[in-house]
Amino acid sequence: MLTKRVIPCMDCKDGRVVKGVNFVNLRDAGDPIELARAYDLQKADEVIFLDICATSDDRATTVDLASRASEQLHLPYCVGGGFRSVADIRTMIAAGADKVSVNSAAVKNPKLISEAARAFGTQAILVAIDAKKVRGGFNKWEVYVSGGRTATGIDVIEWAREAAKRGAGEILLTSMDRDGSRDGFDCALTRAVARAVDIPVIASGGVGTIEHFAEGIIDGEADAVLAASVFHFGELSVRQVKEYMAKQGIPVRL
Amino acid sequence: MIAVVDYKKGNLKSVERGLVAAGADARITDNPDVIGAAHGIVLPGVGAFADTASTMESLGQMEVVRERVLAGVPFLGICLGMHLMFEEGTETHPGDTSGGAHRGLGILPGVVDAMPRVGEDGRNYKIPHVGWNSIEPVRGSDFNCELLAGVKPGEYFYFTHSYAAPATEATVAIASHSIAIPSVVRYRDVAFGVQFHPEKSSDAGTCVLRNFVRIVKEA
Repeated sequence: MLTKRVIPCMDCKDGRVVKGVNFVNLRDAGDPIELARAYDLQKADEVIFLDICATSDDRATTVDLASRASEQLHLPYCVGGGFRSVADIRTMIAAGADKVSVNSAAVKNPKLISEAARAFGTQAILVAIDAKKVRGGFNKWEVYVSGGRTATGIDVIEWAREAAKRGAGEILLTSMDRDGSRDGFDCALTRAVARAVDIPVIASGGVGTIEHFAEGIIDGEADAVLAASVFHFGELSVRQVKEYMAKQGIPVRL
Repeated sequence: MIAVVDYKKGNLKSVERGLVAAGADARITDNPDVIGAAHGIVLPGVGAFADTASTMESLGQMEVVRERVLAGVPFLGICLGMHLMFEEGTETHPGDTSGGAHRGLGILPGVVDAMPRVGEDGRNYKIPHVGWNSIEPVRGSDFNCELLAGVKPGEYFYFTHSYAAPATEATVAIASHSIAIPSVVRYRDVAFGVQFHPEKSSDAGTCVLRNFVRIVKEA
């Protein structure tokens, strides 16, 4: 039986892991490869490295990171942030990334998804969506780009469907309302997207307690749950989380 | 020496490193002569069936891989590399549902086809099939397969694919999703295909690669 995945996410800047709370206030959390190896031992199902700056200097550092990861990790990993073209994606895949996640560039140019999926296979292309609840709208969310700074007016459900149709292999769905809040996933959002597309959905944003992970799967109907700071600062281990999920009847790899 | 066949579709380093870590002298190569002289052949899994089959044809790899496998050289096909062991595949590129079939190595009979999104149980399943799934023996309570020596039924491996091999006599192990996915196939005693990625499957995957390296050394 296919298990539900637990995915530690590492926001990286200058080759180090940082974690923003509400996309600001960066704190240093260590070397990304060292952390990823620790997560592998704790039975993380995969890891994501997000380049949160994606300036050209930082790009070279991230390509180097992907290459070191392919030498040292025995689990799948995704690299995200700053991809603008198929050529950018090719560089990262050639460096060893199993998957890449695209966000702002795909919103600006949806063809990027189809072209990248055609070149590298759907399984290699995650579409990351930053979603914010529309004020006064019942279960309506809007797509934001540029690290959550710019509203697009695009409906999240419509965009998720479009991304899937164009060949996205998975949706990485972040609730901006919950990110950094420690109030738990936005399960209404996650469930709405999970039901709208027939590709896997990774829930992200808001984990504060061990119960939240199970909620994302059971209430949010997500295929995978992602968290960052609760893991990086050692509040919870991936193993603890998976043992808890198993007790709730969720299939996990232990 | 184990040849890791390079068909120009992307990164093969993880597979090569996995084999080296398992004690092999592994080399990434696109050269049919090097592939032909190797003691073992690994066909990794990147890209789509049609693209890869035609690239392999044009590089002169198809014929030499087929010949060597039929001659009894140990072989391991991973993901798409497993799909290519079969006669035909319908995967051209994402979004193309034209349904044309393309020729594979033809070591095993049957057609590799898209996995259904609705299972026999009537439930909807997410495709691609992504993540860690457990494998079970297709018959009996044990795998009875050299490649899976030391691997217990129910062990988890990392999968990521939308197409699946046909169920045939060659199936050794299956994983359950919308259908029972042939996850390990065998041709005679030393040629194998695995749907999962051993190079990405942590300790269980390392065990499989180590078994393959041993099979190559003992052949």
